[in-house]
Amino acid sequence: MSNKTVVQATINGEEVEFLCETRQSLLEVLRDVLRLTGTKEGCNNGNCGACNVILEGVLVNSCLVLGVEVQGKSITTIEGIASPQGLHPLQQKFLEHAALQCGICTPGVLVSAKALLDRHPHPSEHEVRHWLAGNLCRCTGYDKIVHAILDAADVMSAEVTK
Amino acid sequence: MQAFEYIPATTVNEAIAILHQQGDQARLISGGTDLIVQLREGRRKPKIVVDIKRIPEVNQLSYNLIDGLTIGAAVPCYKLYGSAVIKETYPGLIDAASLIGGVQIQGRATLGGNLCNASPAADSIPALIAHNAIAVVAGMNGERHIPVQDFCTSPGRTQLEPDEMLVSIQVPAPRAHSYGAYLRFTPRNEMDIAVVGVGVWVALDDTRVVITAARIALGAVGPTPLFVNEAGASLVGQPIGSQAIEKAALIAQLAAKPITDMRGSAEQRRHLVAVLTRRALDSAIARASA
Repeated sequence: MSNKTVVQATINGEEVEFLCETRQSLLEVLRDVLRLTGTKEGCNNGNCGACNVILEGVLVNSCLVLGVEVQGKSITTIEGIASPQGLHPLQQKFLEHAALQCGICTPGVLVSAKALLDRHPHPSEHEVRHWLAGNLCRCTGYDKIVHAILDAADVMSAEVTK
Repeated sequence: MQAFEYIPATTVNEAIAILHQQGDQARLISGGTDLIVQLREGRRKPKIVVDIKRIPEVNQLSYNLIDGLTIGAAVPCYKLYGSAVIKETYPGLIDAASLIGGVQIQGRATLGGNLCNASPAADSIPALIAHNAIAVVAGMNGERHIPVQDFCTSPGRTQLEPDEMLVSIQVPAPRAHSYGAYLRFTPRNEMDIAVVGVGVWVALDDTRVVITAARIALGAVGPTPLFVNEAGASLVGQPIGSQAIEKAALIAQLAAKPITDMRGSAEQRRHLVAVLTRRALDSAIARASA
């Protein structure tokens, strides 16, 4: 039984139209249909955060959203974080702090961190750690990630006040 | 995941008509954080998935002093703590809503789904029971109201008929000097499932010295969340203080029917019921006295 549906959505500011099966998750649509492979599959059940995207301004696990559910919605993936001018401050700070090793969790962590700073531009260390509870990293021990995010928050607020 | 038909319903009647026609071949989806996992693991195999998120009634989130709080069945957790008035008026519900999964789960997961999924360890259900919440259910013959304390019948099962749907959860308007609290024990602070959860609600008199009403409900210590009427009743008329709280905690402990499983032993759970009941009562009383 094939149940393909046409879905229109805005992904990273661009209007796209795609054909997806009702049983495909947003994660599968992003990776397999739209070839946006920056979003990673980790656990595929909502525990690890590797597939996190921002849906209508809200952080979600893309493995727990059906592709057909995003009709008319706006989505930001890791591919939409950097600007044509260069890396996002979060990405820059992740490089400077060496806040990644194998890199599988990194896109999801960056998307989560962006959603955090969009909502709370000056988070405390505790807030950063709490916010990242749903992003699992088996390499870094989290410390470098947390410090990179706090540093990026400082840089971004300095840019705003300039 | 097996193939299914996806129908975005736009009215309650449309969704109910599909449920009526298809019986257990149809499942409703709102946040999907439980359903999509169940579909992927083959634990549920519906032919039709009905998305209820475009139905206006299930998206309501409103509060007033007369009717209290209406939480539409498809309102995600983050919207509850995003509202200053709800945060201030019902901190006991916020305790639970901000503990369900992590931030990205709370962006999708709903209290309505948490209730309908009927896990014995659901975080929001003891809190809702403590607040005397009512489930508003729609079916072919109109609406009926089911107290949340009676809603769950066994693990994963509820009083909902195959052709009924939860529309909203109604939480009564708060009485003067009344507040709730929810506490749970988990090995990890976030992204974990309760070993034990305790929801309480207390009302104090105008002097804020005597307890005039109280409700206590337990999670993860029985096949369904448990409302322990006697524990709350034992507090009525008592001055606030450790003696009354100890007694209520003991009654709650005796009412618990825990099992031993991977998350904890029955003995540990019984111990935790008393500890968490005490602490949750302390927290709710502190809120009501402030």
